[in-house]
Amino acid sequence: MLDIRNLTKIYPNGQHALDRFSLSLPRGEITAVIGGSGCGKSTLLRLVSGLETPTQGSVVIDDETIDKPHPLVNLIFQEPRLLPWLTVADNIGFGLADLDRQKRDAIVSDGLERVALSGYGHRWPKELSGGQAQRVAIARALATNPEVLLLDEPFSALDAFTRADLQEHLLNIWDTSRPTMIIVTHDIDEALFLARRIVVMQPSPGRILDVIDVDLPERPDRHSEAFGAVRKNLLQLLHRSLQRTKAASGG
Amino acid sequence: MTEVVEERLALLPSHPVKAKRSWPMAGIALSMVFPLGLLLIWEAAAYAGLFNSRLLPPPSRVLATLSGLAASGELALHIWATTVRVALGFVFGALAATVIGAIVGYLATIRRLVDPTLQALRAIPSIAWVPLFILWFGIFETSKVVLIAVGVFFPVYLGVVGALLSVDRKIVEVGRIFRLSGFDLVRRILLPAVLPTFIISLRAGLGLGWMFVVAAEFMGASEGLGYLLVDGQQLGKPDQVMAAILVFAIVGKLTDSLLVAVTTPFLRWQDNFRREA
Repeated sequence: MLDIRNLTKIYPNGQHALDRFSLSLPRGEITAVIGGSGCGKSTLLRLVSGLETPTQGSVVIDDETIDKPHPLVNLIFQEPRLLPWLTVADNIGFGLADLDRQKRDAIVSDGLERVALSGYGHRWPKELSGGQAQRVAIARALATNPEVLLLDEPFSALDAFTRADLQEHLLNIWDTSRPTMIIVTHDIDEALFLARRIVVMQPSPGRILDVIDVDLPERPDRHSEAFGAVRKNLLQLLHRSLQRTKAASGG
Repeated sequence: MTEVVEERLALLPSHPVKAKRSWPMAGIALSMVFPLGLLLIWEAAAYAGLFNSRLLPPPSRVLATLSGLAASGELALHIWATTVRVALGFVFGALAATVIGAIVGYLATIRRLVDPTLQALRAIPSIAWVPLFILWFGIFETSKVVLIAVGVFFPVYLGVVGALLSVDRKIVEVGRIFRLSGFDLVRRILLPAVLPTFIISLRAGLGLGWMFVVAAEFMGASEGLGYLLVDGQQLGKPDQVMAAILVFAIVGKLTDSLLVAVTTPFLRWQDNFRREA
């Protein structure tokens, strides 16, 4: 169980990015976080991952408070952030330095297979397409077998075709180890396709506007009526969030 | 889906445009065109009497002097003496600069404490150190090597500190997510990230090492290319002075090429702009 309790973040420059954010995520559930710019979505992930320390509140995983990067938590960024001086295989095995070579190679090989990049292990990151690089980033994050996987708009820089492909890949990978996932996205279809719970946020400071339990099956048909109905409801909420973003920024 | 597209692309007939062939010897030949052209113009100008060839001897006379020095074994002796001094000064200077630069670049408190003083020392002209180093280390090898090491130190130090301070925060965050800190963060993230800049600063340091060796060998050396310069000036032998300058240029370029050749394999991962032709 991932428990986010009353999380507040005020940066040293006075920016109130997140205000009393509380949410409990059962193990193995995928939750999407959507909202306009400046809602504190990325700040939320940075706090949960331990990259930032909260001004108030706490993040607790199975009774353990997370206040710095933790082996149970990993974060996939908007950009792949592969280390350019390491091959694809070494990037995937980056978090496995403590393991012996044989175990590391086995996990890396499995990771390559899970993201359908077998045979790419010896390549440099510069030789990959954007989609392939993001798949390597996913494999790298999963190689340490985290219980909580955070994704910060991981597919936003990709074209629609590759994005849909990677969403499928992500669900396939999630199916094998079922980590608890929080995915921040601007894409409503992506949120509905991946998550069974969607948190809509509002800005200045970032707060929860609404939490929607998505009454759709896993891997829903994006063209179904039910998908369209939930989508419409979500769009209205998001519209309200965006209006508040505009009002807050004076736009 | 992406794989399907890639597999289909792979099945397409190969592109009709022929891949460019690489001609390493052609590159070397091309790099020789400009200096050889200059030598020919210089020779022709001396032959035509456009300047006093006693003060500015033509390339043929400089080459004759060089071959005389080579035949007597003197040239090899001087090149060896100078190269050893530069090599020792480079190793000590680069090593000190790397260690101090890494500490200064990584630790903000040490940076505030040490960097302003080092920047002030950097502004001191090389010749100003000479009397002090002779007093401290004597007239023989130590003072020369220390002077060269000082010359090498600053470009390498500046390169390391500057590169560490400009490492992309996003890359560092990858290390932090995997719980790297302290020495592990330096070893696995920061040092590889600064490697390209570090190598450029090593090349700059080596270049300054070759400049400082001249000042070092002016400190009463009895052998070395700097000695050949002083000897040529005092005995009125401009051909010997020009021969020594030419050898400086050639050996300096060779050592730089050697450094590039040794370090290139470590930078294969770089995705740099390379303009063709």
